[in-house]
Amino acid sequence: MSSLSRRRLLGSAALVAAAPSLPRPAIAQAAPVRIGLILPMTGPFASTGRQIDAAVRTWLRMNGESHGGRRLEVLLRDDTGVAPDTTRRLAQELVVRERVNVLAGFGLTPLALSTAPVATEARVPMVVMAAGTSIIVQRSPFILRTSFTLPQQTMPIADWAASNGITSCATMVTDYAPGHDSEAAFKRRFTERGGQIPLELRTPLRNPDYAPFLQRVRDARVQALFVFVPSGEGANVMKQFDERGLAQAGIRLIGTGDLTDDDILNEMGDPAIGVITSHFYSAAHDSPENREYVAAFRQIAPNMRPNFMSVGGFDGMRLIAEGLRGTDGNTDGQRLVDAMRGKSWMSPRGPITIDANTRDIVQDVYIRRVERRDGQLWNIEFDRIPQVRDPGT
Amino acid sequence: MLTVLVDGVASGMLLFVLACGLSVTLGLMNFVNLAHGAFGMAGGYLCVVLLNQHGVPFIPAVAAAALFAAALGFVLERTLYRQLYGRDHLDQVLFSIGLVFVMSAVVDWLMGARQQLITLPAWLQGRWDFGFMTVGVYRAFLIAVCGAIVLALHLGLVRTRFGARLRAAVDDAVVARGLGIPVTRIFGVTFALGSGLAGLGGALGVEVLGLDPTFPLKFMVYFLIVVAVGGANTIVGPFLAALLLGVVDVAGKYYVPQVGAFVIYTAMVVLLLVKPHGLLARGAAR
Repeated sequence: MSSLSRRRLLGSAALVAAAPSLPRPAIAQAAPVRIGLILPMTGPFASTGRQIDAAVRTWLRMNGESHGGRRLEVLLRDDTGVAPDTTRRLAQELVVRERVNVLAGFGLTPLALSTAPVATEARVPMVVMAAGTSIIVQRSPFILRTSFTLPQQTMPIADWAASNGITSCATMVTDYAPGHDSEAAFKRRFTERGGQIPLELRTPLRNPDYAPFLQRVRDARVQALFVFVPSGEGANVMKQFDERGLAQAGIRLIGTGDLTDDDILNEMGDPAIGVITSHFYSAAHDSPENREYVAAFRQIAPNMRPNFMSVGGFDGMRLIAEGLRGTDGNTDGQRLVDAMRGKSWMSPRGPITIDANTRDIVQDVYIRRVERRDGQLWNIEFDRIPQVRDPGT
Repeated sequence: MLTVLVDGVASGMLLFVLACGLSVTLGLMNFVNLAHGAFGMAGGYLCVVLLNQHGVPFIPAVAAAALFAAALGFVLERTLYRQLYGRDHLDQVLFSIGLVFVMSAVVDWLMGARQQLITLPAWLQGRWDFGFMTVGVYRAFLIAVCGAIVLALHLGLVRTRFGARLRAAVDDAVVARGLGIPVTRIFGVTFALGSGLAGLGGALGVEVLGLDPTFPLKFMVYFLIVVAVGGANTIVGPFLAALLLGVVDVAGKYYVPQVGAFVIYTAMVVLLLVKPHGLLARGAAR
């Protein structure tokens, strides 16, 4: 045996002897609870992903990582927002390979629908933090929702219009499924309340120019225009609305709150002022919970203002924590879902409940007007419809 | 009625400025450049950055956008496009569509995927009311600027020495070279000019058409329609085609909004059935 190898042997022995006294990571009583968070972090819907991701981190910063005796561990995956197959594959990988106990996120309806069978088969709770079509919660007994549904947000603005002297209203929606849903919901409620809809416009999804449609609205001499377009497009509509002088022609612009999304509201400039929308969350919501939330969110993401998507992510984390507390840290899927059903709490948006039967969210919806305060544009709430549930369920 | 017509003309003019570079590369240089819209996008983004982040006034920002797109076009022509002049059209299509994806991804990475917004200077906002019709100031501005460009282009191509050399180079590159015309340099300058016009159109269009990383793909179809209907070997043909399509598109959306998006395609099909070689075709194309 050469001296070299003997020395190495001695060295190894010394290491082994020293090992027990080396500092080791503290082992928790139980393994962490893993949450598979699937969001569009890139692509056209990256804003949704960035907002929810920041909100999830904000929640963990504010409330700590241990709940029901277990530590929460978040595994973030990017599904790019446009490929339901990808979302589904990521969910399968998270369940099979990473052994996640909860699936969460889901930026758009098709992405949530494609993943529903995975949740059912794996018996894993699936917390929908963004997607807003009514039927989603019916697709799996393991789905719960902390965001909103489109009809839930649309009905209140129809009510508001009908009870504020608006009798004829045109609609302009983008020609895709969410647009059709919101058009139908608005039309049903508004005509039930005695209103007339003389003009229904559908704009193509890849639409370069809203001007001709808006000119048509102007010439139709209606009192208001209800608009639903994909997030981000709203700014263009408002600009053209302003440029065409529709406001001077006595037409009011109304819609659901995604039209005046807090994420980009400030950049929309003066054309947005006076637009009236119905929605469940405004960063300007006046409550101690919201002030605390906005301040904490700003620490995580200094250049962003929390929007309605973020608050869905924030409450999604709360729901998971509530579930774990209810089961004392047990992660059996069915028991978790049962523990989450019927939970109520005070969210930054106001009081909310996860309905025990439908597993869908019940929340206050506010009527807001865009105003300039301290040099910035905000959605200022001036009316509230308490505890609205999805009219479809 | 007249308002719709004016809007249509403005939108057609803008479409022409965006697309005419393509008619030059496709018709004059016989190169299928599907990445043409990407130069418009580059110009648009530069304009947005200068306006919003550096407080540059609107007109200089637009001019800078055109120059930037022209420079970008010149560099890419020198380094990449030249390699493909002699190749068949499929190679050119594959190359240029790949370039679109690369440039979209770069823009997405730098600027994010959302719509970019600009605020026009006060003197371009608002509307003029003539009693019988109202015209948006910015649309009138578009018509004036684009009209001037069309005129300059047409005269440049028909009346100047450069235009004559360009037409010669296109008609028969070998003979032109034999006569001492610097064909490659002319192609390079022409390509840069086309790209610069796209950049100008992109910058002018931010307010009307919007701007996001899918811009080149979104409008590629419109550009191709303009070139296909207009015929690819003049300036006047694509100009008339763009005007016609602008007016038909706007009027279609106004009068029959249910099928508004399809009117432009119907118009294209009809025009191509009647005039398969383009609006102003002189007999068979070469």
